[in-house]
Amino acid sequence: MTIDVVGVTKRFKTFTALDHVNLTIHSGELVALLGPSGSGKTTLLRIIAGLEWPDTGEVRFDGEDALARSVRERNVGFVFQHYALFRHMNVFENVAFGLRVRRGADKLPEAAIREKVNELLSLVQIDWLAERYPAQLSGGQRQRVALARALAISPKVLLLDEPFGALDAKVRKELRRWLRHLHEELPVTSVLVTHDQEEALELADRVVVMGHGKIEQVGSPAEVYDNPATAFVHDFIGETIALPGEVRGGALYFGTHALGLDPQGVADGPARILARPHDVDLADPGTTPFAGKVLAVRTFGPTRRADVELTSTGGPVVVEAAVPHGQTLLPGTQVGLLPRRYKVFSQPTR
Amino acid sequence: MSASPSRIAFRQKSVIPGFGLTMGLTLTWLGLIVLLPLSALFIKTSELTFDRFIAIVTATRTLHALQVSFGLALVAALVNVVFGAIVVWVLVRYEFPFKKVVDALIDIPFALPTAVAGIALTALYAENGWVGSLLAPLGIQVSFTPLGIVVALVFIGLPFVVRTVQPVLADLDQELEEAAASLGASRPQTLVKVVLPSVWPALLTGFALAFARAVGEYGSVIFIAGNLPGVSEIAPLLIVIRLEEFRYADATAIATVMLVASFLLLLIINRLQRWAELRGSRNA
Repeated sequence: MTIDVVGVTKRFKTFTALDHVNLTIHSGELVALLGPSGSGKTTLLRIIAGLEWPDTGEVRFDGEDALARSVRERNVGFVFQHYALFRHMNVFENVAFGLRVRRGADKLPEAAIREKVNELLSLVQIDWLAERYPAQLSGGQRQRVALARALAISPKVLLLDEPFGALDAKVRKELRRWLRHLHEELPVTSVLVTHDQEEALELADRVVVMGHGKIEQVGSPAEVYDNPATAFVHDFIGETIALPGEVRGGALYFGTHALGLDPQGVADGPARILARPHDVDLADPGTTPFAGKVLAVRTFGPTRRADVELTSTGGPVVVEAAVPHGQTLLPGTQVGLLPRRYKVFSQPTR
Repeated sequence: MSASPSRIAFRQKSVIPGFGLTMGLTLTWLGLIVLLPLSALFIKTSELTFDRFIAIVTATRTLHALQVSFGLALVAALVNVVFGAIVVWVLVRYEFPFKKVVDALIDIPFALPTAVAGIALTALYAENGWVGSLLAPLGIQVSFTPLGIVVALVFIGLPFVVRTVQPVLADLDQELEEAAASLGASRPQTLVKVVLPSVWPALLTGFALAFARAVGEYGSVIFIAGNLPGVSEIAPLLIVIRLEEFRYADATAIATVMLVASFLLLLIINRLQRWAELRGSRNA
């Protein structure tokens, strides 16, 4: 099912959670809404589900107005961050809930319910837990119950709110792969909310990066990583080295020193030169656009980082640079920084 | 671990010290405040011969009074559970002007002298009172009938239900209801299948408290009841009457029966509540 979000705005008192958001999710896609907390991603998911109504704008399922329908009638599977399992029901009854509440012509006979629930429980690989109660399950098992329960109503749209947020790292990785697999098996369009970029990049067909109630960029995981559309996306996804600069007369300067870097069409004014740590080489101080004093070198696992202090007219700026293997760097020495691949964004004046 | 096993049972190494001191204080306190008066009651009752005891508690007047007290307390507690639950729902789930005032009003039956409540209710529901004058043409008489007793008991019992259920409903995760709705459940289905099972133990506790309070209530009831022996005479009043007649042993005999009956009923409700709680969290 194709989902169209058109011009959706949502305010909570004075806080604008969503600001004229437009988004099209294609049928059968797995899309991740990625952003820091407060970026509006969960609000957008809840509006698609029908748990929240926008102040203005439209939501369409396959071209039909979805806002005219309540959450009951939208037939979307929703997996809550904290699972929201019914404590007084065992696993079987939790999953059967969506089938048991059907009335009238949709009402299923008991045998059909049992068959469907058992099928779902084996699909999520917890058929042996059918008689247990939620309090007796581990986090990963609860997650699977929540998913099976959401799938019981045969939804065309599956919405997941931070589905792995409450799990430990190992279980999270395992469930992530399994969810991707499940999505491919089922005729379902999935939207996933997460603040974990690794999760979004690994799992999703397309990533929607959100910040401050707006969509910053929509693209494949490779696109948003390699070609961030805004400084926000560059900062938020992957690691970033931020070098200060200024565009004057179509050239980049650091203080009074011309950098000899491409301003990439950014208008005159303060700018930020953003690069991935592995795209910045350390070189002889005299030959590079940036040079500074090494303050400290730190090692975590396979990577080493150096704090380099760049002196400028506006006071010292400390940046963190990656130290390649086989290169030694001593605190107190001068080092040059040469960005090989970089993006220039104008710095908004605050 | 050099301590003998019998010592370990009472004094385990714990991060919460002071078990001996607090337990001792608890037992002393309970003994002084609760058990001492109760045992005096039993000792006084034991002055009677067994036959005399049976004769007193099976006298028609006594049986009627007990029936009125327990029966109407049960009715009042049931009414309070239903309407108290609605009051809680409104207080927890909706925002409206003067909500704080309404919330504070709930506690008034706690604080008001029961005699004042009784007199006020009697005046209201008497045939020439504000409410009574409206009901009289319909042939409904409240003051000086068992119905009046129920009204008084409902009044004094309401806060017990509201204050026990309120925090539980407030803590109930609204995601549960959202989940039910997203699975296609209607509001009534969500209430019956999801909300009620979660607040059920609290409702039972509220019921037990309102019931216990209603069984022992005296002040407000004697004004509105009419106190007709065999019709609207409550057991606590009968006890007072016996005391005024200097028939102390008779009074304590009735009190003993009330005590034992209340204890048994509360025990049953307590078991019910435990069962509902267990069913709610985890089941074997």
